[in-house]
Amino acid sequence: MSSTSHYPAAPAAQGIETRTLSVIVDNEPGVLARVIGLFSGRGYNIESLTVSETEHQKHLSRITIVTRGTPMVIEQIKNQLGRLVPIHRVVDMTLAGPSIQRELAMVKVAGTGEPRVEALRLADAFRARVIDAGTTSFIFEITGASEKIEQFIALMVPLGLVEVSRTGIVAIARGPEAM
Amino acid sequence: MTKEMTGAEMVIEALADQGVQHIFGYPGGAVLPIYDAIFQQQMVQHILVRHEQGAVHAAEGYARSTGKVGCVLVTSGPGATNAVTGLTDALCDSVPIVVITGQVPTHLIGNDAFQECDTVGITRPCTKHNYLVKRIEDLPRVLHEAFHIASSGRPGPVVVDIPKDIQFAKGTYSKPTTFQHQGYKPRLKGDPNRIKEAIELMARAKRPLFYTGGGVINSGPRASTLLRELVKLTGFPITSTLMGLGAYQAGDPQWLGMLGMHGTWEANWAMHDCDVMICIGARFDDRITGRLDAFSPGSAKIHVDIDPSSINKNVKVDIPIIGDCAHVLEDMIKLWRASKAAPEKKALGDWWNQIDKWRAKKSLGYKKSSTIIKPQYAIQRLYELTKDRDTYITTEVGQHQMWAAQFYGFQEPNRWMTSGGLGTMGYGLPAAIGVQRAHPQSLVIDIAGEASVLMNMQEMSTAVQHRLPIKVFILNNQYMGMVRQWQELLHGGRYAESYTHSLPDFVKLAEAYHAVGIRCEKPGDLDAAINEMIDVDRPVLFDCVVDQNENCFPMIPSGRAHNEMLLGDSGESVDEAITEEGKMLV
Repeated sequence: MSSTSHYPAAPAAQGIETRTLSVIVDNEPGVLARVIGLFSGRGYNIESLTVSETEHQKHLSRITIVTRGTPMVIEQIKNQLGRLVPIHRVVDMTLAGPSIQRELAMVKVAGTGEPRVEALRLADAFRARVIDAGTTSFIFEITGASEKIEQFIALMVPLGLVEVSRTGIVAIARGPEAM
Repeated sequence: MTKEMTGAEMVIEALADQGVQHIFGYPGGAVLPIYDAIFQQQMVQHILVRHEQGAVHAAEGYARSTGKVGCVLVTSGPGATNAVTGLTDALCDSVPIVVITGQVPTHLIGNDAFQECDTVGITRPCTKHNYLVKRIEDLPRVLHEAFHIASSGRPGPVVVDIPKDIQFAKGTYSKPTTFQHQGYKPRLKGDPNRIKEAIELMARAKRPLFYTGGGVINSGPRASTLLRELVKLTGFPITSTLMGLGAYQAGDPQWLGMLGMHGTWEANWAMHDCDVMICIGARFDDRITGRLDAFSPGSAKIHVDIDPSSINKNVKVDIPIIGDCAHVLEDMIKLWRASKAAPEKKALGDWWNQIDKWRAKKSLGYKKSSTIIKPQYAIQRLYELTKDRDTYITTEVGQHQMWAAQFYGFQEPNRWMTSGGLGTMGYGLPAAIGVQRAHPQSLVIDIAGEASVLMNMQEMSTAVQHRLPIKVFILNNQYMGMVRQWQELLHGGRYAESYTHSLPDFVKLAEAYHAVGIRCEKPGDLDAAINEMIDVDRPVLFDCVVDQNENCFPMIPSGRAHNEMLLGDSGESVDEAITEEGKMLV
């Protein structure tokens, strides 16, 4: 007999999806710990997480989470987030309609001679800005979709990539309405 | 109306304004100002426990037997960490409690001060919500919010951590106002369209079944009344989870008994074979569903729950209805009546005939004995001798708990207090204390095992001090019975550490606590001994010496489905029935 268990079987049949969730929360101590604790405690994935206050007067922050899971797990994640008292709204940006996702990265590249010139040329092509320059290094600031940033970083590796700092993804829905 | 007072005084004032009459607690350095305030007032009575875990379970028992919020007061550090098991228990079983913890002064937080711990950090995953109050201005609002959050929506435990300097600080107290929170708005009314779909589905059902749970109890006594009305109206059979016992009257012809791992033959088979399942306030827990891919394969499922996260968590349902049980039941009844729904008589009759065949198995049967007390017999006698009284039952966790659920016929909601989700041994004795405090004139019995009850035995001292005449009815088999049963079935009868050597003499132990001890070893003496226990107006430890080898049946072995239950006298040995993979599971 093929036995599974008294515990729910792993939903292997369902496909894994990536979703971007925008979460409006009260900007109060511990709120991020509640969100992160929920993900770690229940074994959900966090691919990217950003948080910042967005409405100072109302003490509201916006958290953008990129997560992966089966549709059933994603539904659980949204419902579990909804249970947290300081959370006002949870919107699945992937489902809600067209949205724009952006990330910012600062990329430090060191080198001299031809690689240095090539790095600068590529930065120009990617519309990355030079925000710090020395005789042996640059720091580029690049904004865009994650894939574009990945691509830029990959190109910088042979040209003397030293360090990368990324913000993680922020997202907003297209059109006139607020979430 | 506002008043100037200290933070400690605000705590008492807020408790009184929230209608709290009793608080269970244990003093310590970081809550001394609140204890000083308790000393100087008459509004709230404090019940001193012997361990903070006991305080939380007592508050749980208090809450579950009254429908009110249970209250606890403990100190910082170890006071708070000792409360964690109770908090987790209350979260799993959705029990409304407010736990106030002392904290070191704000300027010492994070300094590894004496008796400091990160209470909000530790309790974040085991509370519905928690607070650290760092400004006296926030204290009145937070206290009132805590009660609202604990008791509304899906109930649960809330912790309010109050540093000692905030307890001393002076501020302005304000009365509770209408609670407004943007993020917290539990939904009470179900979606009318979904309810309409549900009624249409029920009207067409050929093999329907109500599957109800603790949500009906939490919704208040009115939900139970409405449930009974709907069940009678439809003529459908009904089963319930462990947590939901009492919502529907046991013994009624439409009642199939409890379902799940140790549920009755008829309840589990009906779950497996039904074509329309109406789940009300239950959450498809793994003890209920058994093997998920074989769980009620042919049924369309309706699920009523106040917590959206309970829906589609384990089992995909066809008609989810988010709302409070009583509200939804009321709408269902109205709509059923208005639509003049009349399920096919012939189909329903066939279904009842099938159920009667399953019932004929008499799955709760056991071999009677005239020489040794069978644990099932003990519960049956206890039920017969207490059923006409105003009785409340609590339990510990294990075989005795399952036997209590199977053999004690609950007639009303809020009479049955047991640790279901977390399975906390040591729950029943302190819970009985809480129940007895809330119902001083009632008969309160903790149906216990000798292993579980020792985990919080110190609370006998609390019962004696506060003249709470609880009855601890111990089914003593000298084993951790459920562990022993699994070792017998799964581990070749190698009883690793499940036998308790050197048990205390429970009669002498009772006397040491200034309580009453009774021992009974013969079936013939049982009735007289139980009557003696009932008649004593003091706390009693009843040492009921039972058959050491009795196992709890029916049983769905790990890795099996509802229609693969084992009975006590089944030819198949349980060892053969459980696969290697099944052995991985509890």
